[in-house]
Amino acid sequence: MLARADDAGSLRNWLIAADRGRHLHGLDASVTLADLAHGTSLGSRLPELAGRSVLVAAGDQLTAALALIELDGVARRLILCAPDLAVEHLPAVIADAEIDAIVTSGQLDASELGVRLHAVCHPAIAPMPEQPAGRQATEWVMFTSGTTGAPKMVVHTLAGLTGAIRRNAAHDGPVVWGTFYDIRRYGGLQIFFRAIIDGGSLVLSDANEAVADHLMRLGRHGVTHVSGTPSHWRRVTMSPSARAMKPRYVRLSGEIADQAILDHLASVYPDARIGHAYASTEAGVGFEVNDGLAGFPASMIGRLPSGVDMKVEQGTLCIRSNRTALRYVGGAEAALADAEGFVDTGDIVELRGGRYYFIGRSNGVINVGGLKVHPEEVEAVINLHPQVRMSLVRARRNPITGALVVADVVLRDEGVAGAGEVEQEILRLCRAGLTRHKVPSAIRFVPALAVATSGKLARSPA
Amino acid sequence: MTTKLTIMAEMQKIADEQAKKLAPLSDDLVLLDSGLDSLCFAVLVARLEDKLGLDPFTAADDVSFPVTLGDFVKVYERADA
Repeated sequence: MLARADDAGSLRNWLIAADRGRHLHGLDASVTLADLAHGTSLGSRLPELAGRSVLVAAGDQLTAALALIELDGVARRLILCAPDLAVEHLPAVIADAEIDAIVTSGQLDASELGVRLHAVCHPAIAPMPEQPAGRQATEWVMFTSGTTGAPKMVVHTLAGLTGAIRRNAAHDGPVVWGTFYDIRRYGGLQIFFRAIIDGGSLVLSDANEAVADHLMRLGRHGVTHVSGTPSHWRRVTMSPSARAMKPRYVRLSGEIADQAILDHLASVYPDARIGHAYASTEAGVGFEVNDGLAGFPASMIGRLPSGVDMKVEQGTLCIRSNRTALRYVGGAEAALADAEGFVDTGDIVELRGGRYYFIGRSNGVINVGGLKVHPEEVEAVINLHPQVRMSLVRARRNPITGALVVADVVLRDEGVAGAGEVEQEILRLCRAGLTRHKVPSAIRFVPALAVATSGKLARSPA
Repeated sequence: MTTKLTIMAEMQKIADEQAKKLAPLSDDLVLLDSGLDSLCFAVLVARLEDKLGLDPFTAADDVSFPVTLGDFVKVYERADA
């Protein structure tokens, strides 16, 4: 296993020579990154937070971003509160992560949480009155993106989190990142780091902003690099404002990027490089695929030039690298990696014609009379129909086979005439491309599908 | 359409979709000999729930799966009564 070199320095160090043209753009406020190199958004509170285990529970992403820059290298541990963490889980989180300070944007009454130190962060940067003493390697704690039950937390280092980012790579002019992710999630945090470390700006998303408004704002800030999940991107392609931005690079991650969405994005953004990346909160950034095709070449199994090791065990992708999380927080969780240091991603892959394709999650399987169905593999076939915008395949309980496969489908043109014909065409596609038990027994046309705050399709537990 | 005719029409439709050869339908036809397999019956029960608004096999614990087509129709007629 590779040594975990702490060569990343603290986040603030990356801003010391920052160009004044680099910014973090929130919905209502913007911050010039160079101001943060020697300024503070915490009033005079930063020295008090030194050496503490700090929960960053800001109401908005810009405040969270500022707090992360301020606290890295200062706090002992940073706990990045997920945007949708239910308040009832906070006491357990505070206990498990030994939290002794909270930073908010003033939106949360922290007095009843039993944490004495509460600092408020805001996007007005003032000169720093006093540098915090010393510098330490801060532990970064993130919530995994599982949607049910008590939240799980994993520990990362800044070196591990930023291990996939090239420093000062040559770019074709200034880089302005945009992401549909929330930066308090692994996928969004990666983009935040890219903007800070690789010398760009970042336009943050906001949960309360309509898709069209967000796209216009991305366009106004001149975004060049944009990232999101395939679900985010499907929603973008549904918007008449999709072409309000002209990205040079379009990046998909967090869900399976099927050929239909890759091809569709290539037609909407003909001048952009379109790539998909594999990463998870536990396994870290695995790899990028930039050949415009779904899946990844089988030759990537083994040791990659980046130092990431990959293997397929019982059909599941396993990853070992110095970018994986170190461990879970709290004693009850199983070990994160096996004895050899491999993290089981839970993502099932299938080898076809020299390429591995993702077919679903090991814990999302539908059982039809003892036969397994991965919802994602059925969705990939449905999504091939030119009229289909997106689809969600789910189980329907059945007294004979236990479950049947059914599909909710969003069409490109709402209220399209001849939906019955489209339904038959979709079923023909499914029958041609899937074994019988995987073919939906019913197709329901719906106006929209719910996307969770993680940016992934909201799936109910199988 | 009567419950019986609805059931028979759905059976024909599913047999066509699943490329199964359906035996001539009569009350004493043994379902296992009908040409439909368990996946077909699973789909049939789901479609009938959508059409008739009831699934007698899930609604009650003690309904055993009928042997003949006539019995199958009766389960639905009784549940609908």
